[in-house]
Amino acid sequence: MGVSSKLGNLGIVTTTVEQAVNHARTGAMWPLLFGLACCAIEYMSSQASSYDLSRFGMELNRATPRQADLLIVSGRLTRKMAPVVRQLYDQMAEPKWVISMGDCASCGGVYNNYAIVQGVDEIIPVDVYIAGCPPRPEQLLHGILTLHEKVKGERIADWA
Amino acid sequence: MAVAAPPQSPESIEEQRRWEGSLDQLRGLVSERAMTGETMLLNMGPHHPSTHGVLRLLLELDGEQIVSCLPDIGFLHTGIEKSIEDKSYEKALPLTDRMDYLSPMSNNMAYAAAVEKLLDLDVPERGQIIRVVCLELARCASHLVWLGTHAIDMGAMSVLLYAFRERERILGMFEMLSGQRMMSSYIRPGGVWRDVPADFLPTIKQFLNDFPYKVDDYEALLTKNPIWKDRAQGVGVIEPDVALAYGMTGPALRGSGVNWDLRKAQPYSGYETYDFNVPLGEHGDVYDRYLIRIHEFRESMKILNQAVSRLETVKGPFRSENGKYCPPPRSELGQSMEAVIHHFKLWTYGYDAPDDEIYSAIESPRGEIGCYIHGTGANKPRRVHFKTPSFIHISALPVVAKGYLLADMVAIIGSVDIVLGDCDR
Repeated sequence: MGVSSKLGNLGIVTTTVEQAVNHARTGAMWPLLFGLACCAIEYMSSQASSYDLSRFGMELNRATPRQADLLIVSGRLTRKMAPVVRQLYDQMAEPKWVISMGDCASCGGVYNNYAIVQGVDEIIPVDVYIAGCPPRPEQLLHGILTLHEKVKGERIADWA
Repeated sequence: MAVAAPPQSPESIEEQRRWEGSLDQLRGLVSERAMTGETMLLNMGPHHPSTHGVLRLLLELDGEQIVSCLPDIGFLHTGIEKSIEDKSYEKALPLTDRMDYLSPMSNNMAYAAAVEKLLDLDVPERGQIIRVVCLELARCASHLVWLGTHAIDMGAMSVLLYAFRERERILGMFEMLSGQRMMSSYIRPGGVWRDVPADFLPTIKQFLNDFPYKVDDYEALLTKNPIWKDRAQGVGVIEPDVALAYGMTGPALRGSGVNWDLRKAQPYSGYETYDFNVPLGEHGDVYDRYLIRIHEFRESMKILNQAVSRLETVKGPFRSENGKYCPPPRSELGQSMEAVIHHFKLWTYGYDAPDDEIYSAIESPRGEIGCYIHGTGANKPRRVHFKTPSFIHISALPVVAKGYLLADMVAIIGSVDIVLGDCDR
């Protein structure tokens, strides 16, 4: 199973730096402990017993953006909150990724009005969008795995 | 080669400055000692793990002691009330789900009850029983999130895992009823969306069978836990007169020993026919509010048991059969021209409501959630306003928190159980 079967008795495994680094990055992508609205409750559900995000190395939420790799924008983003989210994103260390969870974060959802930013991508770059109001935990897991696929495809040239 | 962080735009920096506010603007709101630097001003939130959402508190601290506390709300202001003014009565319902997102059923009920009062619309008995089942399940689901997050705030990590295990079962039942786990839009003006499916009753009976033992488990983790007691007892005491003066409702009020529960005081949806008690606290501290919610689990179980046995015997329509306000059953659409006309009218135009203003309130897990509707005589309201418990509880935070330690602040916020979506709307 896995690496040990490929090792034989040599104790050596060959890979590329890209693959090794990307594997490490997807294996322990710490999200920022950050919730905005309804989606944050479903995000908590995914963290809890039934869905158990720790299967993907994500049980550790960091409350400070300095230690977080992944920003999950979970919920509707208001105009008053937008500068705060932008600041949180700016404070995160590279490499960093953003998942826009739910309809409100992705496109404003049902709230096309004066108060809501029509999609979080108006203020920060987004890697993966998840539809749903709110998305089920399974949808969030799918979004996270999609992000993992994206990260695994990253090249040295992109790291800079 | 390092990449420079994306530059902040001048507008965002400008907005930042306005948002932070200068010390001068705080004159009169904090004590004079803050102006000289004798006390410290500390910003808590809007991104803070223990503020239960996007609440910002400006705390003035003398050492670790809270001298004054200024809540800053509006970080989740969604314009729901304004949006409702542009929708017909039926179509506005899904927006109400998303106010207090821990118990959407209660919001639906508050809105539906208000619309029914405006239209003078009666709900059949079976519809009322299904509503009571939903409301009490929602109360349990909401209290479970409260229990988990409150325990995490106080340093007890594992309770959340237990609480969410049971919450998933309740959400599964909501999904069975409405097709959605959280934002169910199930309780609608005139009744409920549809009858309970056949496999709902066995599922809820199984749940009612198991849940009391699970509540015992939570109690075993917390109630006699000395660390929990030290953090909770004698902290965040709300005097009964303060609670009443600020208009607090729900467990936060009953924790202070004031017997006020709208299910008893102004019964709706047939609550007067159920046998249950209203748990009351003595000291009004964090611990009492914790005990009250734990007891409310058990009282909800009592109500649910009675309601489920009634569901088995009481048959009949689950929503009003007044075709002007409630859609006809699907089976009639192929046979009755009248049903087709009603259906078409309802989903295109809605219905007219009288030019009148009404207020009606229900007991949500957090307290009294009231809905004020001013009709226009046409299919859209002139004004809809929600009186929400979280807004009132946040307004009382400065009085409650004064004199306690900074670490007690998270306990106090957790114990009054605020939801920012409920507050800001």
